[in-house]
Amino acid sequence: MKNICAKKLIKRISAFAASMVLLLGSSLVAHADAKYTYCYDYWGDVQDSPDAYEVIDVFDVLDLGLPELVDKVMGNVEVIEEVEEGEEGEEGEEETEEEEASEEENSEEGGSEGGEEGSEGGDSEGGEEGSEEGSTSGRKNQKADLRSKSISNTAASITVNGNFIYLCDSGNNRIIKIQRINREQFKAVDIFWKIGGNVKKNTFENPTDIQFDEDGNIYVADNGNERVVKMDSNWNYIMEFVKPNDSTMENVQDFLPNKIVVDTAGRIYCIADNVNDGLLKYEADGVFAGYVGATPVVYNFWDYVQKRFATQAQREKLVSFVPTEYSNIYMDHDGFIYACACNLKEEDLKSGSANAVRRLNLMGNDILIKNGNYPPYGDIYMGNGGPSQIVDVTAFDNDAYAMIDRRRGRIFVYDDQGRMLFAFGGKGNMKGYFKDGTISLSLDHMGYDLIAMDSSNASITVFTPTEYGNLIYTAMDQFDAGLYSESGETWQKIMDINGNYDLAYIGVGRALLRQEKYKEAMEYFELKYDDDNYSKAFKQYRKEWVEKHILAIFIVAFAVLIVPMIIGKIGKIKYEIDTADIFKF
Amino acid sequence: MLTSARIESLKRYWKSLKFAFYCATHPLDGYWDLTHEKRGTYAAANTILILTILSRILKLQHTSFVIDPIYWPDINIFLYIASILFPLGLWVLGNWALTTLFDGKGRLGQVYMATCYCMLPYPMVQIPLIFLSNVVTKEERQFYDVMGWISMIWVIFWIILAMQQIHEFSVGKNFLFTIGSLFAMLVIIFILLLFFSMISQGVAYFISVGKELLYRMS
Repeated sequence: MKNICAKKLIKRISAFAASMVLLLGSSLVAHADAKYTYCYDYWGDVQDSPDAYEVIDVFDVLDLGLPELVDKVMGNVEVIEEVEEGEEGEEGEEETEEEEASEEENSEEGGSEGGEEGSEGGDSEGGEEGSEEGSTSGRKNQKADLRSKSISNTAASITVNGNFIYLCDSGNNRIIKIQRINREQFKAVDIFWKIGGNVKKNTFENPTDIQFDEDGNIYVADNGNERVVKMDSNWNYIMEFVKPNDSTMENVQDFLPNKIVVDTAGRIYCIADNVNDGLLKYEADGVFAGYVGATPVVYNFWDYVQKRFATQAQREKLVSFVPTEYSNIYMDHDGFIYACACNLKEEDLKSGSANAVRRLNLMGNDILIKNGNYPPYGDIYMGNGGPSQIVDVTAFDNDAYAMIDRRRGRIFVYDDQGRMLFAFGGKGNMKGYFKDGTISLSLDHMGYDLIAMDSSNASITVFTPTEYGNLIYTAMDQFDAGLYSESGETWQKIMDINGNYDLAYIGVGRALLRQEKYKEAMEYFELKYDDDNYSKAFKQYRKEWVEKHILAIFIVAFAVLIVPMIIGKIGKIKYEIDTADIFKF
Repeated sequence: MLTSARIESLKRYWKSLKFAFYCATHPLDGYWDLTHEKRGTYAAANTILILTILSRILKLQHTSFVIDPIYWPDINIFLYIASILFPLGLWVLGNWALTTLFDGKGRLGQVYMATCYCMLPYPMVQIPLIFLSNVVTKEERQFYDVMGWISMIWVIFWIILAMQQIHEFSVGKNFLFTIGSLFAMLVIIFILLLFFSMISQGVAYFISVGKELLYRMS
């Protein structure tokens, strides 16, 4: 009887324990799925990471104070609108603040979405619908409105210059200047839509990018006007770069400069739509100087074979082997150009025949260091969605770089060796996530703060490194500055926060290696399978070991090689003596 | 107790084991004598096989990560051992089944014995290579790779030569039957798969019949 009771008790306890394990286990798994920041280990397994970046805030049009600014700047300015119908243009001129509200009801031609949007709180979608009905012609499907109180959802890019962010509001043909007042405050301070000085076409049409050179001159990729305009710091016209008179451009109808960078000598490099020969390079005087950094043509063996045996008609239907266009460019502080490309194939990225990001020198050669376990192409596991679509890249001053993925709304940060530091983000409606179905994302940085613009709701998200993220950057900077033991200590702190972080171990190891503690360094490298650094440390360790034990090595070699030889020799002599005739009596 | 007969058999075993080294350097001579002069024993063949498996396990455990990083969660030691035994069994069976139809003089056991004897270069090279792997850097791994390839080619080439001697084939015929044996291996795999899938379906059938009966009765 007692025995049965004990058995029951044991059963109950074990059942309870099993259910607890199940419960705890499931809750743990659910928790792990929700992680925001992650990185990959040597094997490509996803390792959760503490958040390296946190969101300061997401700034939309109202937060930036754009409606008030539009009233202030545009209210008493005569806007010469470039529309076909004269009537609309007049309307636009007559518009005042009070009238806007009343016009809202009766005018559906799209002349005044500005007011409507302002009242809706910066939601640009309603405005877009109205404008689509209203616009009758033109290459854009959205009617431009310089007085719009929101940002068009085709807003193309942001560029950071000092303390200011310049936002190209492409759809509204204007550029908005945003000031960072302090860490947590951003305000729109100015709107540019007009070029001063003596120039025939003194407005922008679909400006897609803005850059600055060292003298403060401004360059704008004026996509719709088929030019890149150079202006002085007061927006007065200096010169423009136009469609090159080159044989390669003959079959390109429109010259559509999209993204530009300017180097210290005033040369510009430009991505033009539908041009896949590389970046267009212009000398400072506006002369076209050829293409730079075309991506190598990628095709696999079977495509090639298929093409060889295809008939002419079949061949035309097959995809032609053309280099991919770059999606964006960024010039780092050394004058090297980071160029990223999206729409690459998974197998090409994995085999290394296509690069999601390249770092081009002046000759157009890729000099990006890829010492990571995986090439820098964003997510390793792509699933059904396909590879990350890298639409923008920005490089910090320590040669680490960040890139943003349109497909999954993630930001990937790599160090100067091409190893992924961390990745974070996703698609969603929370802070720090990007809208699903976004057309374009734009990324730039202010110090180590990352500034990302989501074009679908024209909001600017400002990320700042957390304590953890700051430690990583500090450790890297200390290493670069030659403060190896300090760097090692910082990496150790990072390791205490995130014990699954490969780079922390490797960082400690590298610091030890520089301090000539080879044996300890080897242990750290071995833990995280860093064979390159391990080999470096081991080479030194081996050298030291051989130097230290040179005598022992000689003795052992002597014992192993020479002694048996001598013994053999003695034996032979002995044998000869024993068998020699003269000793035989 | 060590009787004289036992000592005699131990001596024979030791001699046949040493003979494996002779075979490793004199394949034509060695493998002819192996069966025709009865200089090989099954005990020695088993020893060499065990040595091979052991060296493979040692290699897994002790090779430097610079040469061969191992994702431990994916390692199943039994599968790892089977990765030698299964091809060996298939080869022996396939080769014997084919050659016995075409005047091959070797018997099943002799094919097994000769193949095992041929595997001696593998532990001979790989065990020193384990030590070598721990003293080379990444740039010097070519030395390691070349030695590894030598051991593999050595083994494969020696197996082909051994089959020629065992079955008393000419060079051309031996080559033909080497290829044929590989096909025989494929056929065996196919039949095995077929067999297993049919067995599992048959078992599933009876299980479902049993379940049905239980439902009816309850």
